[in-house]
This record gives sequence, C-alpha cells and structure tokens, in this order.
Amino acid sequence: MSAVLTSLASEGSCHFGGDNGCGFPAPGLNEFDFKPIFTVGSVDFTKPMLLAMICALLVVVFFWAAFAKPKLLPGKLQLVGEIGYDFVKRSIVLETIGKKGEKYVPMMVSMFFFIWIMNIMSIIPFAQFPVMSRIAFPVGLASVVWITYMSLTFKKHGFVGGMKNLCWPSGIPGWVMFILVPIEFFSNIIVRPFTLAVRAFANMFAGHLLIVVFSVASWYLLSPTLGALYGTVSFGVTVGLTGFELLVQFLQAYIFVMLASSYIAGALEEAH
Amino acid sequence: MNPVVAFAAEEKMNPLLPAWPEVIIGLLCFFIVFGLLGKKLLPSIEKVLADRRDAIEGGMERAEIAQREAQALLEQYRAELAEARHEAARITEQAREQGAALVAEMREEGQRQRESIVAAGHAQIEADKKQATAALRHDVGSLASQLASRIVGESLEDSARQSGVIDRFLEDLEAKAAASTAAAK
Repeated sequence: MSAVLTSLASEGSCHFGGDNGCGFPAPGLNEFDFKPIFTVGSVDFTKPMLLAMICALLVVVFFWAAFAKPKLLPGKLQLVGEIGYDFVKRSIVLETIGKKGEKYVPMMVSMFFFIWIMNIMSIIPFAQFPVMSRIAFPVGLASVVWITYMSLTFKKHGFVGGMKNLCWPSGIPGWVMFILVPIEFFSNIIVRPFTLAVRAFANMFAGHLLIVVFSVASWYLLSPTLGALYGTVSFGVTVGLTGFELLVQFLQAYIFVMLASSYIAGALEEAH
Repeated sequence: MNPVVAFAAEEKMNPLLPAWPEVIIGLLCFFIVFGLLGKKLLPSIEKVLADRRDAIEGGMERAEIAQREAQALLEQYRAELAEARHEAARITEQAREQGAALVAEMREEGQRQRESIVAAGHAQIEADKKQATAALRHDVGSLASQLASRIVGESLEDSARQSGVIDRFLEDLEAKAAASTAAAK
C-alpha cells in the first residue's frame, strides 16, 4: 500500500521531458483499489461502499421528493420521475415481459436507477468512480436477478418443467438435443448471471480506466515542450470520453435491466 | 519506487473477485432502494397515474354516456311525437266519422219525423175533410129540405131523408165533378 501511495505522490511532479527521470505513471489496477476510510475488525470500509450508499440515498431521496405526495397534475420533479418510471415500466419491462410483467416493475425500476446512478458517479466531481466497476456490486445485483428468475422458473413449471424450460429448446429435431441441452443448461444457468455481472463491470471498468489514462496523460504531457500540444489533445480526448461514458453508463444500466426482464420473461413463458 | 513491490501489491487485487463486504453493502443498498420504492413510492405514483388515466378516460366515457343518453332521449321524443301525431290523426278521423254518422242519423231522424208529421197532417186533413164533407152534406141537405118545404109549404124533411134523395143527388154531383176534373187533366 505504501508503494501505491509513493507512486501517487510522485505522479504530481512527473512531466513529459522532465529531468527527474521518471516515466509516464501509467494507471493500472491500483486505480480500483482504495485505502480504507475506516476499518471494522477485518472489514475495510472503502470509497466504493460509501459511494454505493450515497447512490442509494440519492435514488431514494429523488423518488421520495417526486412521488411521496403525488398529485394528479404533476409538478416538475414528479413529471421527471414519472418520465423515468414510465420509461423503465413501458419500454423495458412491459415491452419484454408483457402484461405479466407488472409485478416486476418496482424491482426493475429500483435496479435501473440504482445502477445508473452508480455508473454516473464515474463523472461526478470528487466521486469520479463508477461503483459498478467494483465487480462485487454487479455480482450482487446479478445474483438477485439469477435468484429471481430461477425461483420463478421452478415455481411456475415445477422442478422437471423448470429444467425443461431452461434446457430444452422447442422446435429442434431430437438428435441435436444431446448437444444442445448441455449448452442450454450451461448458458442459461451458469453463464447468464456471470455475463450479466461481467458486462456491466467490464464496461465501467474499461471506461473508467480510459478516462483515467487520458486525464493522467494530459497532466503528464503538460510541459513547456511539444508535450503541451499532446497534453491538449489528450485533454480533449478526456472530455470526449466523458461524454461517451455518459452514454455508456445509461446504456449499461438499460442493458442490465433489459436482460434481467428478458430472463424473467423466459421464466414466465408457458411450457412448450 | 520499487516496481516489484508495486507489482506484488497489484497482483493481490484481482478485479474479477468480488469482495464480500462490498457485495453485502451493495445488496443492502439495493434492497433499501427496492424496499422504499416498491412498498411505498411506486404504488403511490401508480395509483395517481391510474387516477389520472381514470380522470381522462372517465371524462371521455361520461361524455359519451351523456351523448348516448341524449340521443336515446331524442329518439324517444321523436317516437312519442310521431305517435302523438298518429293518435291525433286517428282521433280526428274518428271524430269525422262519428260526426258524419251523427249527421246521417240526424238527417234520417229528421226525415222520419218529417214524414210522420206529414202523415199526421194528411190524416188530420183527411179527417177534417170527411167531417167537413159530412157536416156540409148535412147542412146542404137540411138547407135544401128547408128550402123545398118552404116552397112546397110543408115539411119534407123526414121523408126526403128517408128516401135518400139528397144523398143520391150529392153523389151524382160529386161524380160529375170528378169526371170533369179528369177530363180537364
């Protein structure tokens, strides 16, 4: 840990073409490792945890302000909340699951806004870290999705019917089944939650790393030589990437909830 | 700066291995959000959205119902008006028929009364005539007898009457008069 701190401290004074002999302080995995804010027993309380709590608080406070005393003629905040709620409800959940999806709207709405805000933290000054780039958070949410669709499958179809629903695709000639059934089993039960979590994690991880690389580079290249030009370009890329990340953050939250809805839709599908 | 130490520090952290405290904090945060939104906030907004939809659709529905009612009422009024007209026509027709029947009846009655009056008049006249004829004949007979007795100087009255001379004479006279009137015709 002290090595990381030393490297962080040395970053500030290091510039392109400088004579103190240091190279580009390339950001790496250490960007995702935080020194604990405080420690309880063996558990470190770190910045991502704090950010996750702040995100949860933000989502709750926003929806509380918007929906706690709803009016027939909505105010501005309520209108914004309604637009967000309606977007998730109609364009994601009901679109994917259909009429039966009404029951899962609250879960999906909570999930969407929680993930989105955690992603947005990437570009909020002082936070500047996408909480979802710590894989523990997407893993937790993906496991909630996995438990939901697995239990729905078995509740609706029973154990045998549920396994058939998960592993036995319809309309396939019998001789393909002995290849397809293991693939389906593997894909639907094991790979699904893994990809769901890793997709969100990797996008946020890569996006954050890109922004960090270019912003560190902007600082590093800032020197009285030709570096100033490079530095400016690098800064421009950072700004562009930030805008791009804003899109990716939304998209990843959308994809996560969309896939979760489609898994639930698959679980609720009538036996074929 | 010791790159080996830094590398070792980095290697300890595998970004694909979830840290359990973070998983727990993440889930806790999610379930707090889910709990508050799912139990309180979303149902309340859903209710308001339903109310709003209801208010809009209900208003339209009420207007439609009112229009349908008005239409039905109009139809009913029209039907009633037509029926009333029909009834009026029927009553007029009936009255006309009754009037005509009454007039015919009255006319018939009048005719009958007239006829009976005329008949009674005729009978009366006939009776008066007979009476007058009888009285006249008697008077003429007595006058003639008186005259004759004056001339003859004695009373012939009884014998003349007995013999029916006068009567015969008068009948002859009548027959002659009737013949002359027939010839004149």
